[in-house]
Amino acid sequence: MNLGIEGIMLLGALVGFATTYQTGSLWLGVLAACLVGILAGLLMALMTVFIGVNQHVSGLGVTLFCTGLAYYAFRVIFGTPANPPQIQPFAQVEVLSGVSILGTILRQYPLTYYAILLVPIVWWVLYRTSFGLKIRAVGENPEAADAAGINVYGVRTVALMISGGFMGIGGAFITLSALGFFTFDIIAGRGWVCIALVIFANWNPIRVLWGSFIFGGVSSLQLRLQLTGINFPYEAFLVLPYIVTIIALTIANRNAAYPAALLKPYKRE
Amino acid sequence: MPAAIEVNAMNVVKMKNITKRFGSLVANDNIDFDLRKGEIHALLGENGAGKTTLMRILYGLYRADEGEICVNDNLVNISSPKDAIREGIGMVTQHFTLVPPLSVAENIVLGATDGFLLNPKKIRRLVTEASEKYGIAIKPEALVRNLSVGERQRVEILKALYRKAKVLIMDEPTAVLVPQEVETLFNSLNQLVSQELSVVFISHKLNEVMAICGRITVLRGGKLTGTVEHKDTSEKELAKMMVGRETFGVTRQQDKEPGEPILTIANLSFTDEQGLERLKDVSLEVRCGEVLSVAGVSGNGQSELVKILTGLKKPTSGRVVLNGRDITGSPPAVITAAGMGRTPEDRHAGVIGDLSVAENLALENLDEYKKRGMLDRKLVREHAAKLIEEYQIKATPEDHVRTLSGGNMQKVVMARALSRKPCCVLAAQPTRGLDVGATEYVRSKLLEQSDRGAGVLVVSEDLNEVMELSDRIAVMYEGRIMGIIPALEASEEKLGLMMAGVLEKDETKIL
Repeated sequence: MNLGIEGIMLLGALVGFATTYQTGSLWLGVLAACLVGILAGLLMALMTVFIGVNQHVSGLGVTLFCTGLAYYAFRVIFGTPANPPQIQPFAQVEVLSGVSILGTILRQYPLTYYAILLVPIVWWVLYRTSFGLKIRAVGENPEAADAAGINVYGVRTVALMISGGFMGIGGAFITLSALGFFTFDIIAGRGWVCIALVIFANWNPIRVLWGSFIFGGVSSLQLRLQLTGINFPYEAFLVLPYIVTIIALTIANRNAAYPAALLKPYKRE
Repeated sequence: MPAAIEVNAMNVVKMKNITKRFGSLVANDNIDFDLRKGEIHALLGENGAGKTTLMRILYGLYRADEGEICVNDNLVNISSPKDAIREGIGMVTQHFTLVPPLSVAENIVLGATDGFLLNPKKIRRLVTEASEKYGIAIKPEALVRNLSVGERQRVEILKALYRKAKVLIMDEPTAVLVPQEVETLFNSLNQLVSQELSVVFISHKLNEVMAICGRITVLRGGKLTGTVEHKDTSEKELAKMMVGRETFGVTRQQDKEPGEPILTIANLSFTDEQGLERLKDVSLEVRCGEVLSVAGVSGNGQSELVKILTGLKKPTSGRVVLNGRDITGSPPAVITAAGMGRTPEDRHAGVIGDLSVAENLALENLDEYKKRGMLDRKLVREHAAKLIEEYQIKATPEDHVRTLSGGNMQKVVMARALSRKPCCVLAAQPTRGLDVGATEYVRSKLLEQSDRGAGVLVVSEDLNEVMELSDRIAVMYEGRIMGIIPALEASEEKLGLMMAGVLEKDETKIL
């Protein structure tokens, strides 16, 4: 359980944005965000895997640290501008633009397509490679994995670094694709939602995809609802995706199969 | 001397002068051990004698502080299981190291796959091949979480063999098996040694050691007592080597007239949160002055029965009557007050480690130690001092219970329960993990209670204990009582078949 995700996403958002701002290259921004995410994942690994710190504590620590670092770095790089600095974000890719509704749905940012593409790849790695088998084993029964001659610390560290890289890119998506500028509140709890989605999906990448479609769908629904101008406090619409998340979690959680070693640091006697 | 060289050449493993300390405790003190090709070698000793520690060193789970290990006459450095596996050493630990949500095949190839890709068809084929080669029958595609304990053990063995183990360490492999499964295991092991493998068989059960092992190394208190050939020894001699003196069973009065029923359990059923039926229509009657034991392989409903009788769980249906009082679903305090002396299954759950011995001894009836609404600490301490002497607890009233050995902790639990002269005593796994001395003491105390006229209900997985203590034995299987038989008519085979769910009580007459 990496509660550092919220902070790592913010840091990724900033680093991606700043890199693109300086170099003009969006893909360099994505790469930089990925790298900084990997480093944050390594930091998380140092604390939880090697020192055995409680994962809630270290996760929140990483979030606070990354958030603080992002604030600080923003001030150092951009000062306190009256208008937020802008970049030219990714353009949306048109697929089947002729078809009315389908074309609208499929008009997405390239990173979105790569993210969806990543789902089967992650599934394949987890369930069809020996590295994936090791990841599942160290999460379910680290003693067994250790006895089988697997380097538990190594596998857990690499897994945290890979996921950290994804978190960094996830954050960068918001600055580099959706917005094109950086403010401090842009992540707005999406990191926590990610954790909720993973739990909702029972740690299964395919189910994560459906979960994120539901969350994304409700998110955009509330935007549309706001635009319809119905006489209703817009705050109620804003809260909608989060309420759906809570309801989904409550329903899904009743028979969730958590990895048996979730939250447990491993220490060889 | 050529002869000596020849003997050396036969050793697949040679451990020399192994010493391992845990803080001030010396778990292994200068121990020598050697294993020959194609033999089953027993490592015998009481709990805490250092058997498992020695083998965990060989398998790289611990590092020895001193000493050296040779494999095939080469000095090796084993610092992790990975090194041990490379040297051809495999271990089946007491707590299985399997990953329950993964399939049998995935568990077996875990950490032993070559290449990055995992081809489900290929690994299934490899596992099937290995299973045929070593004569260990398993289904490669089954999920481990659906397997029985015996099947899981076979997966563990095959996992070691798949890694090309030539030396197989089995840590108390029979502890979790019913007698019939033990037989299957012994057949498999014999087949393996005929294929030039060597087996280390860790055990504290003399009969098993005598049944299957060629040579026997005995440890006591972390020290080596000696290594003997099977043909030169006997169970009696091994027992002496193991405990350092001759053992005596507890003696008990025969021909007791059973008294009135004191505890009546009628049609008790229990369905757990997952909707599994853990107890099915269980009825038992414990009479004054008798010991009734509930035997069975762990996980067949005994825990649930104990939890219901101690007030930790509420039954779905049925009634429990203690001394004429309906205590069905009553809280623990009411049950204790009604005259039930409870020693719980897990003694660590029966005491509070960070409180003192005196406080723990007073815990169940604090009201009796009150003076003007305050706890009378002096009275608590005096009460404790009295019980410590009476029950020979090696501790002071001020010691934290956490620091006590298992045997002394159990004595605290028993002293608290028995000092109130309960009319019914419930002892769940009373001697699990205790050494021979403490075990004898606990058993004699339980018999003392039945002699006093109390009804005693023992729930135990230890067949010897059950046969030694009981007047009558009830066997549980999958939440049902398979039958109740008088101890005098019981034999290990008969109980074993009942524990495996093969025989109902009425059928036992055929035997």
